[in-house]
Amino acid sequence: MSTSATAHHDAHHDEHHDTGRNTTLGFWIYLMTDCILFSCFFATYAVLFMNTAGGVSGKDIFDLDLIAGGTAALLLSSITFGFAMISAYKKNKGGTLLWLAVTFVFGAAFIAIELYEFNHLIHAGHGPSTSAFLTAFFSLVGLHGLHVTAGLLWITVMFIDVAKRGLQDRTVTRLGCLSLFWHFLDVIWICVFSFVYLMGAM
Amino acid sequence: MNLLGKLSWDAIPHDPIVLVTLAVVAVGGAALFVFMTLAKKWGWLWREWLTSVDHKRLGIMYIILALVMLVRGFADAIMMRTQLAVATNGSEGYLPPHHYDQIFTAHGVIMIIFMAMPFMIGLMNIIVPLQIGARDVAFPFLNNLSFWLAVSGALLVNISLGLGEFAMTGWVAYPPLSGLEFSPGTGVDYYIWALQISGIGTTLTGVNFLITVLKMRTPGMKLMDMPIFTWTCTWANVLIVASFPILTAALAMLTLDRYLDFHFFTNDLGGNSMMYINLFWAWGHPEVYILVLPAFGMFSEIVSTFSGKRLFGHKSMIYASGVISLLGFIVWLHHFFTMGSSANVNAFFGIMTMIIAIPTGVKLFNWLFTMYKGRIRMEVPMYWVIGFMITFSIGGMTGVLLAIPGADYVLHNSLFLIAHFHNTIIGGAVFGYLAGFAFWFPKAMGFHLDPKLGKVSFWCWFIGFFLAFMPLYVLGFMGMTRRLNHTDNPDWNVWLYIAAVGAFVIAIGIGAFVLQLILGFKNKDKNLDKTGDPWNGHTLEWSLASPPQFYNFAKLPQVEDLDAFTDMKEKGTAYQRHASYEPIHMPSNTNAGPIMGLLATAMGFALIWHIWWLAGASFIGLIVAFICRAYASNTDYYVQPDEVARIENAHLDNVAKG
Amino acid sequence: MSQHDHDAHSHGSVSSYVVGFVLSVILTVIPFWAVMTSAFDRATLFAIIVVTAVVQIVVHLKYFLHLNFTKEGKIDTLSFIFTAIVIVMVVALSIWIIYESVLMMMY
Repeated sequence: MSTSATAHHDAHHDEHHDTGRNTTLGFWIYLMTDCILFSCFFATYAVLFMNTAGGVSGKDIFDLDLIAGGTAALLLSSITFGFAMISAYKKNKGGTLLWLAVTFVFGAAFIAIELYEFNHLIHAGHGPSTSAFLTAFFSLVGLHGLHVTAGLLWITVMFIDVAKRGLQDRTVTRLGCLSLFWHFLDVIWICVFSFVYLMGAM
Repeated sequence: MNLLGKLSWDAIPHDPIVLVTLAVVAVGGAALFVFMTLAKKWGWLWREWLTSVDHKRLGIMYIILALVMLVRGFADAIMMRTQLAVATNGSEGYLPPHHYDQIFTAHGVIMIIFMAMPFMIGLMNIIVPLQIGARDVAFPFLNNLSFWLAVSGALLVNISLGLGEFAMTGWVAYPPLSGLEFSPGTGVDYYIWALQISGIGTTLTGVNFLITVLKMRTPGMKLMDMPIFTWTCTWANVLIVASFPILTAALAMLTLDRYLDFHFFTNDLGGNSMMYINLFWAWGHPEVYILVLPAFGMFSEIVSTFSGKRLFGHKSMIYASGVISLLGFIVWLHHFFTMGSSANVNAFFGIMTMIIAIPTGVKLFNWLFTMYKGRIRMEVPMYWVIGFMITFSIGGMTGVLLAIPGADYVLHNSLFLIAHFHNTIIGGAVFGYLAGFAFWFPKAMGFHLDPKLGKVSFWCWFIGFFLAFMPLYVLGFMGMTRRLNHTDNPDWNVWLYIAAVGAFVIAIGIGAFVLQLILGFKNKDKNLDKTGDPWNGHTLEWSLASPPQFYNFAKLPQVEDLDAFTDMKEKGTAYQRHASYEPIHMPSNTNAGPIMGLLATAMGFALIWHIWWLAGASFIGLIVAFICRAYASNTDYYVQPDEVARIENAHLDNVAKG
Repeated sequence: MSQHDHDAHSHGSVSSYVVGFVLSVILTVIPFWAVMTSAFDRATLFAIIVVTAVVQIVVHLKYFLHLNFTKEGKIDTLSFIFTAIVIVMVVALSIWIIYESVLMMMY
């Protein structure tokens, strides 16, 4: 097999175009699989949330002020990521880096609030091993939290990439995928705060 | 803290059967190692195969994996049948329950996840990009990674043979039996991580091939113009993408129950084990369609090719597959009618199940109408098709019987059920893959196999199947339940003997198949397929050399008809010599795939044995390897026009010589 | 390199992001306020939460994820709709199955 590599990049511009679109669509389909993964945890929560084994229920432990704070952080991070994307398409490197950093801060704030909540619950004796309700609750909310954490790691990697190599086509495509990921997590969070927290606190 | 977690010398089983197996594997492995080293083939193996991103080579490696696991799974099967044939009238046989339970669990897991899936994905890998006129799949590196994740899972299952134990829960691993309380050993952990790792690989394959058919079709080929095998694979990929995350979720919950004392499926503190059963089958039912739909596609291609006719009802075939896929998502409860949901629930799922027989019937009639007034050539692939039609029809009819909840209450968990699903999976999926194997072998490997041995193999499989499984229907009616280790009902004996004979007849069939491969490689030069079109094929894969050029198509073909290659041959536009070629953009091989596969294996192994430092290190290694790969440059290269011209002219000269 | 890939996901502008954001804030505040003031009965609350959640998901899909029905973007939207159908089937049927079987155990 011959591996004579030469630079024909300009002549094959169209292929790169296709690759970017393939990547975005492929990532979108991956997000659909993630969507189904979440739906299983939602279904399990719906089945188990009444099984408190004589312990606390959602009404006893959900702190809506805290959740409102987390929701605000996540929603703000959504629009700041939008601004990062707009800067990226305008090839505005400084703007992209700035908005990525702001997004990271809001995302980290969300995770901090979630960790505080989990820590508080576990110390109050309401850890995930206490009842099926708490098992389902910690798993569902924790799964979303893990995704946001992965998103933070990804933002960090992209930040370094943009800072070092600027906004090449490949980088912008990846930022586009990250943008899909980040906004997708926000959609999941809408379901979490509506169906877990608000309905639980009703 | 113990650096090796739960691992110690006691982990090696002392069962003589296992020890002999391990010795055979060790000797065989050592012989292979010495041979490879003496022949200086390691570098070649690594550079040309293990790190390859070429979909054709990955497909071949998938099929090798499937055949190895077929032998392993079949060894389990024949041990079970002989055990049941000797352990009658109160005799205990030679397999103690502890070992026997692992064998039937391993048999199920291996045959579904590590034999049928790689076989199907292997054929899909080789053929789908060729049929749509693409040079590769959408994400070649991901394709390589998927393969290594599948290998990783298979490795874990096989490691369980020599270290610790495998699950003793049946292949479904229902809690609470699979929970920590009743399965404290490592068996269920092997099961969980083998399925989890290979399942993630399968999900990636599904995404990859969906983008491939959506975005990489050759000019002129609309979605509805794709060949039927590609279409059925596409439906299977839609099902993979939609259902494998459910398995991931169910296994993740079982993992949390076992490792972190969560209470999803436990008996105490409000857990509900029925939710596991529910989620498992919400994946498990689509999974059987993932296995069988591509087989239907293979039958369609073969029937049409060997009848010398266009497939009857191409569009209706696509729609029928689509309806099967969608209905496949609302029938899963028929796997647990007896769990005891309400009559309304059982009635709904029973009716939905019966409705699936309609689109399946459409397909069978389409195949029959394709053969009607056709000039049928009885080559080996066609034998498998006819065998399939008979066997699968019987399996389908017993399936409709089981779809009636009332009847299911009588037959559930009896051998009738075992007979039914082997009837559909062997008669449908396995016969399909073996048909596809015989059909596309010359294309993938460049030479023919001996058709006489192929027919011997078919007849042994076919007769052996009926001998082995028809008695199980009878035994089911006589009340024999599944997963029995020994029996003491003299009325059953004769049927158990017949079933064991059937297993040995199938063994001869597998032997003939292996012999066919050995002789095929030995006499390779005498049986070369020089034209690339040995069966007078209809679709684009037959327009290439055998084996195909590594870049597949020198110029992307312009498609004007459903049977694209037949159309080209009729118009005289096939085998055109071009004056000049463009450079071809190709992905480079990468060692990231095998490295990540190895890290995934290490992580799974460490989690099974609670070696936390290794689990953490390999998990971080996986992430770092992935990021490094994502930012690697030099992931592609260009094939120069003169090289393309040389390869193309050599092929066209061969075709001209006939 | 020129800018391209625009047809796939029309990227949206500052104003469209702001519109999406403002709508999301409104649709988040309504259910939180409704639950926290406890001014409604359970059925009304339930309806408010479900309706605002569904509307907000649509807002996010349109303004942040840029789903659309153009020739290039149609496939993303269709795959989402297909996924949504699968999710509705799997979740709804699962809940039905398990609730019915839990009821059966009460007999």
